[in-house]
Amino acid sequence: MKYIDGFRNHLAAKSITEDIHRLAGELSEQNKDARIMEVCGSHTMSIARYGIRQILPENVRLISGPGCPVCVTDAAYIDAAIELAERGIHVVTFGDMLKVPGSSRTLADARGAGGKVHVCYSPLDAVKLAKESPNEEFVFLGIGFETTVPPVISIIKKAKAEKLTNISVLTAFKLVPPALEALASDTDVAVNGFLLPAHVSAIIGADAYENFVEKYKIPSVIAGFEPLDILLGIKGLLEQLTGNRAELVNQYARVVRKQGNRIALNLIHDLLEPADASWRGIGTIPQSGLVLRKEFSNFDASKKFNISTQGGAPDKRCRCGDVLRGIIFPDECPLFDRECTPLFPVGPCMVSSEGSCAAYYKYSR
Amino acid sequence: MNETERILLGHGGGGKLSRNLIDREIVTRFGTDGPLVGLPDGARLKLGEETLVFSTDSFVVSPLEFPGGDIGRLAVHGTVNDVSVSGAEPLWLSLALIIEEGLEMTVLQRILDSVREAADEIGVKVVTGDTKVVACGQCDRLFINTAGIGRKIPGLNTGLDKIKQGDVVITSGTLGDHGMAIMAAREKLTLNNELLSDTGSVHRLVSAAAEWADGVRFMRDPTRGGIAAVLGEIVEDHSFGIVLKEEKIPYNPDARAVAEVLGIDLMHVACEGRMLLICAPEIAEKIIAAWRALSEGAGAAIIGEVTSDRGRVILKTLIGGRRMVDIPQGELLPRIC
Repeated sequence: MKYIDGFRNHLAAKSITEDIHRLAGELSEQNKDARIMEVCGSHTMSIARYGIRQILPENVRLISGPGCPVCVTDAAYIDAAIELAERGIHVVTFGDMLKVPGSSRTLADARGAGGKVHVCYSPLDAVKLAKESPNEEFVFLGIGFETTVPPVISIIKKAKAEKLTNISVLTAFKLVPPALEALASDTDVAVNGFLLPAHVSAIIGADAYENFVEKYKIPSVIAGFEPLDILLGIKGLLEQLTGNRAELVNQYARVVRKQGNRIALNLIHDLLEPADASWRGIGTIPQSGLVLRKEFSNFDASKKFNISTQGGAPDKRCRCGDVLRGIIFPDECPLFDRECTPLFPVGPCMVSSEGSCAAYYKYSR
Repeated sequence: MNETERILLGHGGGGKLSRNLIDREIVTRFGTDGPLVGLPDGARLKLGEETLVFSTDSFVVSPLEFPGGDIGRLAVHGTVNDVSVSGAEPLWLSLALIIEEGLEMTVLQRILDSVREAADEIGVKVVTGDTKVVACGQCDRLFINTAGIGRKIPGLNTGLDKIKQGDVVITSGTLGDHGMAIMAAREKLTLNNELLSDTGSVHRLVSAAAEWADGVRFMRDPTRGGIAAVLGEIVEDHSFGIVLKEEKIPYNPDARAVAEVLGIDLMHVACEGRMLLICAPEIAEKIIAAWRALSEGAGAAIIGEVTSDRGRVILKTLIGGRRMVDIPQGELLPRIC
């Protein structure tokens, strides 16, 4: 905790906040403003939890991006998971997925109706469950970005080594760099700075963004999740904006290396290959997902149980897609805090603690 | 959509979903008049000159035995604390056991010994009880229900209507230890030091505070839903709000470590032996001093104050920001008590 507390120090925070206000003043003299997208859900949550938005100058806006894995998971995927549970297959998942609405229901509803849905903190729990009940089938819900992918697919390696045949993964993995490209080339999205994710970057490495920054010329800073990390990240972006520069800066060098985490990347490469992926509310982004390679199709739940994760019909009034692209703030959605609350969410952004709408609802109403 | 067709785990989480269930299904049937109105921790029952306090609680914690306690101690403390924070001295307990076929006799014996020890320490007596056994798979090892009766302490009349702007919010110690100790045990997280549950009785804290009875406005032990749920309920539908200072809220470093790992806000996590008290500012330091003289109050601290910000609990964060503290929504950590 000592290590964490250093990055929550209020005196340091005060001094960086003063720098931010000074830079914002310079920016405003240049008749410019900062529209910074925090790409990752953990940033969104940390910004809300420490009240960072409230201490920023008026011309520095933080816009939440699509980096909450639950939020970008398609309704059809939830429908498929519910169907598996209803077929008597054990569905093992992180808790955030329970309340995400599919086309009409949630996994929590399915569990309430007798479906076998297990919540775990570690994907390895699924292996343990599968070992304990060799005559039952277990499916782990494989959602998440580059950070979550390695621990989830490590269960396939483990299952293979232990010759378990009753466990598989329903994949809906997503990749950050293709999503950044989609956002940067979307003319509706008016962002002029990216706060890049911390832990995703630890896996893929700082170099993974070089081409992106080169091509789109948008200031980008990789920042950690502690409040001082975020403030330093914002300061770094303002320095670039006032100086008319567009570079990649790695503020989180204590964790993120240029090359990333080789072991994790090799594991991903060995088991998975890129594929087009559908992002809830945004649509299909080319090569932005990861699916299991052919030789692992025994562990691919969609193939094993012949179930489709395409289609699906989420509530049309939900504007999560616009929230995820930073086009509107959560409270500009007509459902926000009316029909859509964390207790009875209509859209996925209201479900996960990392979702922009949930963070808004919880901390800033 | 604002109702579900079936009961969900979240209905037992101590947050908004629990509250909805109770408001819609319990209060409408039983709480329209009499002592249940306002859902106090314990019913205040007038019997001639005497006022008795009556309360009940059920315990389904998993695992049955955890660092710092077990379901037996918890079952005594939970009910004793509900009676105590209602401003009463706890006297008698009932003990009802629902046992799953196959439970090891030695486990049952250890837990019953714990019940006995905890009751003796507090000076309450188990005076009635019940035992049921159900077939394997029909409950999880052992569930316990206790009910408690206590005698009202004269002059200690607390209530939400007594809370005023400028009053002070006090905690008797670190917050969230119990929930995090259970989660660390359940998830087998390895910590530098073993994190112990805070399970314990608050009856001595109540007696100590009773010396300044006039200035004590409100008492509650923050269990499911943590201080966020308790404070959220306090300000709901009232003309005042509460502001907390994050730097003043005491947390155990190991509880913080578990919360960081699991991504949980400690303000939402249950204690089973702590107390939140709201009192007039002039007696706050006196109560703190009296509490610190007791082992269970050694970590007592002022954490916030009552404001005019109607219906809101606001946290002043470590880095100088402000944010709302919301009542937790549904299921956070099932079966921690």
